[in-house]
Amino acid sequence: MEWIHLLIQGVLLGGLYTLFATGLSLMFGIMRLVNIAHGDFIILAAYVGLVVIDVLGIDPFLALLVVVPLMGGGGYILQRVLLNRTLGSDILPPLLVTFGLSIIIQNVLLEVFSGDSQRVNLDNGLDIASIQISEYISIGVLPLIILILSILVIVVLQFVFYKTELGRAFRATSDDQDIARLMGISNKHIFGLAMAVAMAVVAVAGVLLSMRTNFDPSVGPSRLLYGFEAVIIGGLGSLWGTLAGGLILGVAQAVGAHIDPGWQILMGHIVFLVILVIRPRGLFPRSID
Amino acid sequence: MANMQDFLVTRSTKASQIAIVMWVLIIVALISMPLAVNRGDMRFIIEIAYYLTLAQMWNLLAGYAGLVSVGQQAFVGLGGYLMISGAVYFGIHPLVAIPIAGILIGVISIPTAYVVFRLRGAYFAIGTWVVAEVFRLSFAQIQSLGGGSGMSLPASIVKGMADGRQAREMLIYYTAIFILLGSMTLVYTLLRSKYGLALTAIRDSEPASDSLGINIFKTKMIIYVVAAVVTGIVGGLIFLQKLRISPDAAFSLPDWTVAVIFIVVIGGIGTIEGPIIGTIIYFMLRELLADYGAIYMIVLGIFAVVTMLWAPKGVWGVISKRFNLQLFPVHRRLISDTEAKK
Repeated sequence: MEWIHLLIQGVLLGGLYTLFATGLSLMFGIMRLVNIAHGDFIILAAYVGLVVIDVLGIDPFLALLVVVPLMGGGGYILQRVLLNRTLGSDILPPLLVTFGLSIIIQNVLLEVFSGDSQRVNLDNGLDIASIQISEYISIGVLPLIILILSILVIVVLQFVFYKTELGRAFRATSDDQDIARLMGISNKHIFGLAMAVAMAVVAVAGVLLSMRTNFDPSVGPSRLLYGFEAVIIGGLGSLWGTLAGGLILGVAQAVGAHIDPGWQILMGHIVFLVILVIRPRGLFPRSID
Repeated sequence: MANMQDFLVTRSTKASQIAIVMWVLIIVALISMPLAVNRGDMRFIIEIAYYLTLAQMWNLLAGYAGLVSVGQQAFVGLGGYLMISGAVYFGIHPLVAIPIAGILIGVISIPTAYVVFRLRGAYFAIGTWVVAEVFRLSFAQIQSLGGGSGMSLPASIVKGMADGRQAREMLIYYTAIFILLGSMTLVYTLLRSKYGLALTAIRDSEPASDSLGINIFKTKMIIYVVAAVVTGIVGGLIFLQKLRISPDAAFSLPDWTVAVIFIVVIGGIGTIEGPIIGTIIYFMLRELLADYGAIYMIVLGIFAVVTMLWAPKGVWGVISKRFNLQLFPVHRRLISDTEAKK
């Protein structure tokens, strides 16, 4: 019974990790960009959500309607103005530029909001509500909503990728940039749009994170690591793989936390390294890179 | 038409010959420094020395071997912890414990490399970071080393190092200078050796160098292990000076890797001179902006982003291109025989 409980908690935790990973997976899949500042963008979105909720006095879930377009638009501009300049055969510029961005975002947040721990409180008690299934097993309502939303994000992205014209352009650019350009696709614009989509997912991840846990300006990098681990465990280029990776990481951490609180994060890292050694290309790889 | 014999391969330049005199002067100055400056200044020079050594090692990895690691704090922390455990649990003199720590780290870095080398490019970077986190979280679990709150080097061991405080500080100072000069010499000779040539070839084209018989894996492995050993030795030195260690301080990403990456990128990646210039700029900015905390990191971050976008070879790259300067003759140049005879 205890193990079923752990499994459920892990899967619920994994929902959030899937959201962290999806944005990262999109950026890598389409523009081969590994964004070191990814975790900090998630925390930035959480703070933007905090301000929006505070200023407009709206329900945190409604705040998504503001934060998602805001981050998406910001993502497009960021890609066009800054990140497009870094893309090329050399891996160093994108890596170091996003690394610099990460430090800048962390410290700007520290200046503006101080290092105090923050959290978005839900008025209706949703954050503490749970569904009691049996004596041992209960499911938190908020974590369940987050898990459902993360699956929904994957479903929507799958649809966009495989059923729309934009998705076709994304896939074409991902497969071969030069041929895509010959076919009349503007790479720079497509990359901008891809970053906008990725940042929209980052916005969802950030706002949901702010409801579920405490956060402060310094916690971005560990969100990057969780997202990264989920992407690699799942295998590059597969959105469903990313979901599986997120859930596996969540379960690993839940099991670790059960052994000893100090083991939660460590167990996640160890499971990641073990999978990396046994299956270097992840469990469900699609693309070769 | 010039024949093959009409050309000479040379590495030294006029500037590099003049620079030799400069290096000798700097070394003499560093060695006689304790006679002239006070304790605070000596600590400052020690700090500059270990940052410059860390920067040279990261530059060797990222700038020459293409191994962009964000996890070098793993080896700084290991060096610190191994030095302290050697001194506390095995009664080894701390200065002897440092090289032993270096050897052990070399051994540890080999299986680590087999794991992280499975990841390429930017993914390698994040992989090294995960490994460093594993070390940090694991050391926090070791209760005999103080767990999450860490431990201090006992006063008896500190006092037993040398006769009196001044002698001890001199000892640490000269160790720091020795490690700095040793690592610079190591990088210089490595780059002038056949491994230097192999590294250049790999950087320019992996498939081409592979087809010419260069063992890419082995070359990168050697560089990775060398960087790990020296970084670990510096870690031992850092915590011998600090006298106190904790997992968060030992495996700190901002202190041991972020600062070092900024130094190398701003100074000029892929040159020996770059990290020197970068270290000077880093410490100047730090002295200037020390009171502003977060603003200082924002300025450094912007500085690094701007450098990467508009001057990817860093400050030294701009200078060396403008004046055609090279202070460490590691590049091979082709000059014609007649030119050489002049």
